[in-house]
Amino acid sequence: MTEHAPRSAIVIGAGHNGLACAAYLAKAGLSVTVLEASDRVGGAAVTREFTPGYRVSAGAHLLHALDEGVRRDLALERYGLRMAAEDLYTIALDPGGQWLSIADGALGGPGALDADRVSMAKHHRQMSRFARILDGIGDRRPPRLGTQNWRDLLALGRLGLDIRRLGTEDMREFLRIAGINIFDVLEERFESALLKAALAIDGTLGAMLGPRSNNSVFIALHRCNQGRDWALPSGGMGTVSVALDGAARAAGARIRTKTRVAAIRMDFDRACGVTLEDGETLDADVIVSNADPKTTFERLLGARHLEAGFANRIHHLRTRGCVAKLHLALDGPPRFTGLDADQRGQRLLIAPDPETVEHAFNHAKYGEHSERPVMEISVPSVFDDTLAPPGHHVLSANVQWAPYDLKGGWSEAAKQGFTERCLDSLEACAPGLREQVLANELLTPVDLENEFGMSGGHWHHVELALDSFFMLRPVPGAARYSTPVPGLYLCGAGSHPGGGVSGRPGRNAARAVLADRGRQ
Amino acid sequence: MKTFDISSREHYRNKVFPSPFHAHQAALNENREWSRWYDYLSVPAYGCETLEYFAGRNTCGVFDLTPMVKHRIAGPDALPFLDRLVTRDVTKLAPGRVGYSAWCDDAGRVIDDGTIFHLREGEYRLCSQEHQIDWLSINARGFDVEISEVTHDIAALALQGPTSAAVLRRMGCSAVDALKPFGLAHMDFGGTELAISRTGYTGDLGYELWIDPDRAGTLWDRLFEAGELHGIRPMGSLALETLRIEAGFILAGRDFAPALQTVRQHNTRSPFELGLGWLVDFRKPLFNGRRALLEESRKGSRWALARLDIEDNKPAEHAYVYDTRQRKIGWVTSATWSPSAKKNVALATVRAPHGKPGEKMRVEIYYQRELAWHRKMAQAVVVEGPFWDPPRRRQTPPADF
Repeated sequence: MTEHAPRSAIVIGAGHNGLACAAYLAKAGLSVTVLEASDRVGGAAVTREFTPGYRVSAGAHLLHALDEGVRRDLALERYGLRMAAEDLYTIALDPGGQWLSIADGALGGPGALDADRVSMAKHHRQMSRFARILDGIGDRRPPRLGTQNWRDLLALGRLGLDIRRLGTEDMREFLRIAGINIFDVLEERFESALLKAALAIDGTLGAMLGPRSNNSVFIALHRCNQGRDWALPSGGMGTVSVALDGAARAAGARIRTKTRVAAIRMDFDRACGVTLEDGETLDADVIVSNADPKTTFERLLGARHLEAGFANRIHHLRTRGCVAKLHLALDGPPRFTGLDADQRGQRLLIAPDPETVEHAFNHAKYGEHSERPVMEISVPSVFDDTLAPPGHHVLSANVQWAPYDLKGGWSEAAKQGFTERCLDSLEACAPGLREQVLANELLTPVDLENEFGMSGGHWHHVELALDSFFMLRPVPGAARYSTPVPGLYLCGAGSHPGGGVSGRPGRNAARAVLADRGRQ
Repeated sequence: MKTFDISSREHYRNKVFPSPFHAHQAALNENREWSRWYDYLSVPAYGCETLEYFAGRNTCGVFDLTPMVKHRIAGPDALPFLDRLVTRDVTKLAPGRVGYSAWCDDAGRVIDDGTIFHLREGEYRLCSQEHQIDWLSINARGFDVEISEVTHDIAALALQGPTSAAVLRRMGCSAVDALKPFGLAHMDFGGTELAISRTGYTGDLGYELWIDPDRAGTLWDRLFEAGELHGIRPMGSLALETLRIEAGFILAGRDFAPALQTVRQHNTRSPFELGLGWLVDFRKPLFNGRRALLEESRKGSRWALARLDIEDNKPAEHAYVYDTRQRKIGWVTSATWSPSAKKNVALATVRAPHGKPGEKMRVEIYYQRELAWHRKMAQAVVVEGPFWDPPRRRQTPPADF
């Protein structure tokens, strides 16, 4: 057993959280080694070529969650982080050109209804207030439940106080809607089907649920709390990772790519190192895993090294990914009906009405992909000329629902069929787009799992929901980044506060490692 | 004969089954009373429960053990699986040996206690009070191990009492001489394998016999033939209850609330709180509950099991227990007049650090005399170890009474 404070750390996985964690630990004086299986850093925050000459953010494609503290602490601008565009807003597309825009609670465009303008402003103000509560806890190490520790009690008290301070009316509304479904809330508040559909997408994106499922308000709040405005890093999402990599290296961390960890090694009851795929062994006082909890505990550690109750909770984590990523190389700008050149670069949504979003989800429940998928689209090349040849463009879309465990599997034919469904939807809103496509790539959750190593190809590593949030994320017993295995920590999206390119789980995990110093 | 067939489509229509020994039991059951023990009918007392008790202490009694929950555990990882499951070190359990242990949830709360039979290299039987197949299945994840409940595939009899060895010798079981406590032997029984373990729930010389249900009736007949001159007698569950309390053994559901069936965690108990600390082996790097128990061993337990020797002769059933300053510190979980120790004894759960041997307590006993209720504050003292512990229990070879 190690009695001294940890002096060395191994971080498994150079996803953006692993890099952030490594940077913080190295800055604190630890000897840090990051081990990355693939040939580049960043995990799902990465820019890569998908067809010669066309590059795209292969995983996350819009930056909205990057923690200001992380950005500042690690001086990411010094390591190349620039934005090609900031303050992007959302446009809900309409085949008839009756699109509408949503920017900070203000509606615009020909599709906006006057009846919705006041409601939208109120809705935006209220959701932002609620989201601030979640935002506030996003940079804290979750408290333990059932202890008498004053820090834990204080943290819980603060959460209660934050809710109380909303005032009677907003607190009542927060408690009323936080756990329910967004469909009902939107029905209460808005007239426009297009607007409701756009907001319904915010309540479902990245989650295995539809607008009528509970937890969808929570998903919307989570997105909203991370959402400052949408931005496009110059050079794609990989730029964020490259900057984190630079910050970590500058702080003294060693980062080894093409180095796959095969197993976490135990010394008696404590994690003491890793074994690499080639058989090499490495030792460290602390092992921090950026891999998802299932991979970490079941594949790398092995359930037999855990107490059975905890292993059982890990086994039952919901990790069924449901979003596919579509990349198109275009020989010209996509001509979305009614949009001008600047508007093409905004965050674009395709979903005509909330019922269609719900129907799209119905398929996924039964292992089918949506017949009329809903999409969140970005054409980053509008603002960033490093991604495609001059005059050409790349289109990136999150498409759901595309369940990980598709009936019959994601064969080439199934992928082609789903790509066709997506192109149909796109063609309806941007006539002629099919003719512009030079190449396409569809990454199903299975592809995402293979490329980025996350179980089920799930964005958040573990379904983000109230039952797996804050002191319950990913499961009780591992919600404070430390785990039941001494010396083993989690720092990925499976930990609080979840996925999105925020750097928060990584930073919080590093703080947890450092806070536990001397208490080993 | 096997009477319970879970593979039958109609099995659910019948909840309680006759044991493979039922015909023999029914013939001897003078009281015509039956009780339910999980899936089977059981006999509370064939005739006079006191006589049955004395058979267990002075001659030998036969108790139908078939309803006890039994599991088969085999496969390459059977040993590491069991070692993670229970608190004691299973690697030390050689083939042909039986070990008593408890097992816990992650919080170190006792789920159940029972015996592990190392039948042969890599094959084990786990006997428990409660059904455990769901917990065992959860535990099996990550191990290459086969687990099945075999309660209905094995008929079992407990043969307990000083003449039990003599009866088995007469039945032709020569292995009895070499069989040490917690030892396990196999013998041929007319072409079937009969397993004999020197185990029991009475704290006395005694054996448990395990056989194919189809041969159950024959075993019963042979046993009673051989035991005729050795005072053999069928024994019901009431007699066994007195025997086990005298031996100081705890019973799940009586002396502690099994953790998986208990909603409020403060009503569950750790092994330390049940006097089973000797079964907890922290030299193992991992077992279910290890972290929590390590913490408890550092910080101290909240409860303790006390074996009470109480004045007078009124069994202290359901009694509150007080310290000498009249503060309520716990309650009695099992109580009986012990005919062998000639003491009024009880098992009690008390708030730690109460419960140390030698500590004086008071027990509030309510009893009836010709329907009239009386209350007595009786003096009690905490004793160490079993109330009844005869040397013949361990003697090998066992004496021929």
